[in-house]
Amino acid sequence: MSLQATSSQTVGPFFKIGFDWLNRNDLTGPGVTGERVTLSGVVLDGDSKPVPDALLEIWQANSHGKYAHPDDTQEKPLEPGFKGYGRIPTDDQGRFRITTIKPGQVPGPDGKPQAPHIVVSVFARGLLRRLVTRIYFPDEPANAGDFALNQVEPARRGTLIAKKSGGQAGALEWNVILQGAEETVFFDC
Amino acid sequence: MAPIAGYRRPFLRTQPDYLWPPYRSSIKRAPSKPLVYLPHTLSEVTGPTFEKEIVDVKACDLTKQHSAAPLGERIIVSGRVLDEDGRAVRNTLVEIWQANAAGRYLHKRDQHEAPLDPNFSGNGYTLTDSDGRYRFVTIKPGEYPWRNHVNAWRPAHIHFSIFGPAFATRLVTQMYFPGDPLLPFDPIFNATADELARKRLISNFDWESTKSEWALGYRFDIILSGREATPMEG
Repeated sequence: MSLQATSSQTVGPFFKIGFDWLNRNDLTGPGVTGERVTLSGVVLDGDSKPVPDALLEIWQANSHGKYAHPDDTQEKPLEPGFKGYGRIPTDDQGRFRITTIKPGQVPGPDGKPQAPHIVVSVFARGLLRRLVTRIYFPDEPANAGDFALNQVEPARRGTLIAKKSGGQAGALEWNVILQGAEETVFFDC
Repeated sequence: MAPIAGYRRPFLRTQPDYLWPPYRSSIKRAPSKPLVYLPHTLSEVTGPTFEKEIVDVKACDLTKQHSAAPLGERIIVSGRVLDEDGRAVRNTLVEIWQANAAGRYLHKRDQHEAPLDPNFSGNGYTLTDSDGRYRFVTIKPGEYPWRNHVNAWRPAHIHFSIFGPAFATRLVTQMYFPGDPLLPFDPIFNATADELARKRLISNFDWESTKSEWALGYRFDIILSGREATPMEG
């Protein structure tokens, strides 16, 4: 029996009606270990205009590099207070802000650990399907050997790596450019 | 860890392209560069799971979220969430949102000149059961105009969001109603090239779930990407 996956359709402009109840922009909490980071940024369209009706969903491992999911069979500790899921709509200026911890390394298909990263879905009016991207971390030696980053032409890898922002510890900037010369790398995933 | 089996990629033409000029909002928001192919890793074959505790039992009945019943035709929308091998997707979160019977969303940016209904918020959610089944009670949403082109009208639809077992299976779609005369003219519905795939977005009228003296039933099954049989090698 082979069925075909249902077609995607846009979330449209009014998705907050359905999604707001599960908004979560702070993944930290009591008992959650790891380096606190704040990711701030903006979603921009092909005219560099902010996108006020976009939604990010993120998924990440805990600081030990373990996903809260049954298919992660690694012998690493789970933390009950850390689920790894965030849902963040952009504001009227197209901006978003996520507070979380830097995830640990998880295995890659080439047998090497992947560099710490967060996987991201981008939804918006105008997007008939979600876009998939990743957030990596600055000053991270593992980035150089990362499986997914190495699928990307070197000139564009920077769009996936957050930048340090201001002087505050853990303050990072990462933007989503939907279209144009500085376009964020999106994965076929 | 043992090698990981990824999830299957979509069949040709069964998913919309990002750039689809008849849908005007896609023109400045679709990526212009090709997507970068990424084999699935542990990060994509895992994903958020939700427990029963987060689901309010009232959340699946959109007609009982206020002090009185909403206006409009009460309907039952139910179906199963399956993978491409026909296996039930259990305990997965299904979320819906929609316009009211007059075609108006409870949203500050919806300026359509149609009344809001104080007894209808238009959002619901539930978890599928052990057979992958879900069920919502709601009212039939109205059609409404939008500014995509001259005299543009959206067919009646309910937005659906489904997680499935992994980040790779995440799906957001829209369910339509059988016989809607607006379907042939809707750029969003028609963004999917494959005709059969498009038709699967249209729910079926369903005697089985129709409740005598009370509400018509519509059935909408949702199929998520299936899993590859063999693990990928590194």
